[in-house]
Amino acid sequence: MTQTIDSSASLPSAPPTSFLEVRDLHVTFPTDDGMVRSVDGLSFKVERGKTMGIVGESGSGKSVTSQAILGLHNSTRAQVSGQIWLDGEELVGKSSEEIRPLRGNKMAMIFQDPLSSLHPFYTIGDQIVEAYRVHNKVSKDVAKKRAIEMLDRVGIPNAAKRVDDYPHQFSGGMRQRVMIAMALVCDPQLLIADEPTTALDVTVQAQILDLMRDLQKEFNSAIILITHDLGVVAEIADDVTVMYGGRAVEQGSVRDVFYSPQMPYTWGLLASMPRLDRDRKGRLDPIPGNPPSLINLPNGCVFSPRCVYRDRVGAACVTDRPDLTPVSDTHRVRCHIPAEQSQRIWLNELNPNL
Amino acid sequence: MTITTSTESGTGVPLRPDALLQVRNLRKHFPITQGILFKRQVGAVKAVDGITFDIANGETLGLVGESGCGKSTAGRTIAKLLEPTSGNIIFNGADITGYSRSQMRPLRSEMQMIFQDPFSSLNPRHTVGTIVGAPYRVQGSLSDKDIKTRVQGLLERVGLNPEHYNRYPHEFSGGQRQRIGVARAIALQPKLIICDEPVSALDVSIQAQVVNLLEDLQSEFGIAYIFVAHDLSVVRHISDRVAVMYLGQIMELADRDTLYSQPRHPYTHSLLSAVPLPDPDSGSRRERILLTGDLPSPINPPSGCVFHTRCWKAQDRCKVEVPLVREISAGHQIACHFPEDRPVFGQGGQTIHGPAPTDQELAAQERDRDLARGGAVTGENIAHETELGWQKRQD
Ligand SMILES: Nc1ncnc2c1ncn2[C@@H]1O[C@H](COP(=O)(O)OP(=O)(O)OP(=O)(O)O)[C@@H](O)[C@H]1O
Ligand SMILES: Nc1ncnc2c1ncn2[C@@H]1O[C@H](COP(=O)(O)OP(=O)(O)O)[C@@H](O)[C@H]1O
Ligand code: SF4
Ligand code: SF4
Ligand SMILES: [Mg+2]
Ligand SMILES: [Mg+2]
Repeated sequence: MTQTIDSSASLPSAPPTSFLEVRDLHVTFPTDDGMVRSVDGLSFKVERGKTMGIVGESGSGKSVTSQAILGLHNSTRAQVSGQIWLDGEELVGKSSEEIRPLRGNKMAMIFQDPLSSLHPFYTIGDQIVEAYRVHNKVSKDVAKKRAIEMLDRVGIPNAAKRVDDYPHQFSGGMRQRVMIAMALVCDPQLLIADEPTTALDVTVQAQILDLMRDLQKEFNSAIILITHDLGVVAEIADDVTVMYGGRAVEQGSVRDVFYSPQMPYTWGLLASMPRLDRDRKGRLDPIPGNPPSLINLPNGCVFSPRCVYRDRVGAACVTDRPDLTPVSDTHRVRCHIPAEQSQRIWLNELNPNL
Repeated sequence: MTITTSTESGTGVPLRPDALLQVRNLRKHFPITQGILFKRQVGAVKAVDGITFDIANGETLGLVGESGCGKSTAGRTIAKLLEPTSGNIIFNGADITGYSRSQMRPLRSEMQMIFQDPFSSLNPRHTVGTIVGAPYRVQGSLSDKDIKTRVQGLLERVGLNPEHYNRYPHEFSGGQRQRIGVARAIALQPKLIICDEPVSALDVSIQAQVVNLLEDLQSEFGIAYIFVAHDLSVVRHISDRVAVMYLGQIMELADRDTLYSQPRHPYTHSLLSAVPLPDPDSGSRRERILLTGDLPSPINPPSGCVFHTRCWKAQDRCKVEVPLVREISAGHQIACHFPEDRPVFGQGGQTIHGPAPTDQELAAQERDRDLARGGAVTGENIAHETELGWQKRQD
């Protein structure tokens, strides 16, 4: 079992113990309408060889978090605070010149839409060669050999020939493989995958997830997998962070979150999706309402306007922000419902009806 | 309902002549042309290649399959937004295959469409009132005041605030926009709505809201749905019967419970086994079938069984002989020479791999890509969509 969370994470002065430690991360965008609090006090840890799944609805701050780790936020438009420790090195506050050598080398990113992140006018090979040579002083020929090797490794048939093709000559699944090849060409220790399979069919998604699993074993990389698909998280994550309205509302091992979730939003996600592995339900149980605006967050618990369990707590839900509170060594929950009561609700009322 | 079955020559599929919609051997091929002055056809995208099925009143037929297998094209061709290449579409007793635009106009009240993308499917310059009221205006029988009353009633029915009559689409969230699309589609109380990925762009929690709405409207008004989606769990939830498509053809069609608990086609098995389950321990209990490669090009579909290049059960016969659609038990049709018997989600946790592509297959794929690149793929203009306030195609 990996230790995802420990209470020292909130103490900014303690030295980092994990490969990646995000501590109390805040990302705020000043806009004409007000301050957009996209990420509001997020902490988590990822060890090498482990996968952290981040789930949540669109707009919950998943991508902004990954951009912060990669140092992609423009300091004139985004305010980033907190700490991001990568292998003992603090990234928040570094200039883009200082971050750039790490990006693509120590940490790399796979995006949702491979077509818009590959340059249409350059061959696949040129783009991988370029990515390799930024961090490795080798000749073009050596880099091209490396590119072919990587394409072959991610399962592109005929790699020596396809290396000279352009992105539009590849199918969606193959482009995603190319993105993975490019991300892995410099053996990054941290791989951030933002919805890497969302645009793909289930059959191709299964191939890509398999590939990521194999490569993780081979390179012992830490992976952050961002997705809104709970099935994908259950399949490949070791630990899970559920985000809502820019903050973590539940964190734990994948078994904590899927077998004993304790937060009404997580319950809502699990209850609203139809499941192939359970009997068909007469009716789905949606979460009522819509996600909050990150400019005017509701008072009290951010989820309270949509929470059907509010009545069991009372006024605190709309007046006090709940803290992310440990309920076990690995599991943390942000909700006013006492832990024993929420365990009972899950076991007796929810789990039987999924 | 009593179902009289008859068998059309050439297919082993029993048909229901009393069905609301009968689709017979429907094909839609998009020609690929080369040359600027003298266009000559050098090939065709066989997007839909001979599909046959029925839909009864008030029934939901799910249409699933990988991206590009022809689901949307099938839906649009049935709605006559695309001209069928061959085959027949019989709606409400009338063969509408050759109907002109003006012949279709009165039928638009009975057959509607809902599209995937709630962001591009509504005209950003029109108010919600204009969008939802458009079907009434096209009909031309109601006064403006009556239209407003009706539209406000519809907005309320789909869970929107009737006061928002004068707002513009950008002021609504994705789920709310999809409700606007639903309100427009049900305005004239259609008998059939073709839903093309109506919830795919929505977050899970919002997806469930829209799925429940569609189900409520169905039981209230007796609407039949064609529900196109690639999410197999959502399709299982909403459908009475499900058709699995691959490269323009129906591989398997059965009632929902049969299709999900006793699928017989190897392709259905591989699709189901690829769905990730929200249960961390399921991986060790499940058998997984990993398909290699991607969908072959519909320009030159494989010979024999179109699935043979990726099928782990393929034998020599599959490469040369097209498996005819046949009924293997009441209402359960498949197109396969060697139906699968194993239970779905089988024991063991082992992985079965599909065949690796041969060099010839790779070369053929490359040829198709060249063809598709060199030749212009002629799109069809779908002018009558705008007339209905239906949106432009976005793929
Ligand atoms: N106007 C057109 N001209 C040429 N080819 C087309 C046209 N429209 C669709 N196609 C092709 O027809 C095939 C089927 O397309 P269709 O849009 O029906 O797929 P789909 O099953 O709906 O896929 P998705 O799940 O991605 O929506 C594809 O190969 C597509 O590229
Ligand atoms: N450059 C920006 N300026 C203002 N707001 C932004 C910017 N980038 C993201 N946001 C806002 O931050 C929130 C979280 O966005 P994001 O992390 O992309 O969500 P997701 O969880 O879907 O990945 C959203 O409300 C989004 O609109
Ligand atoms: S704190 Fe209250 S409103 Fe928030 S999730 Fe818990 S019960 Fe619901
Ligand atoms: S006919 Fe042959 S190739 Fe086609 S699905 Fe059946 S076993 Fe597979
Ligand atoms: Mg995102
Ligand atoms: Mg489609």
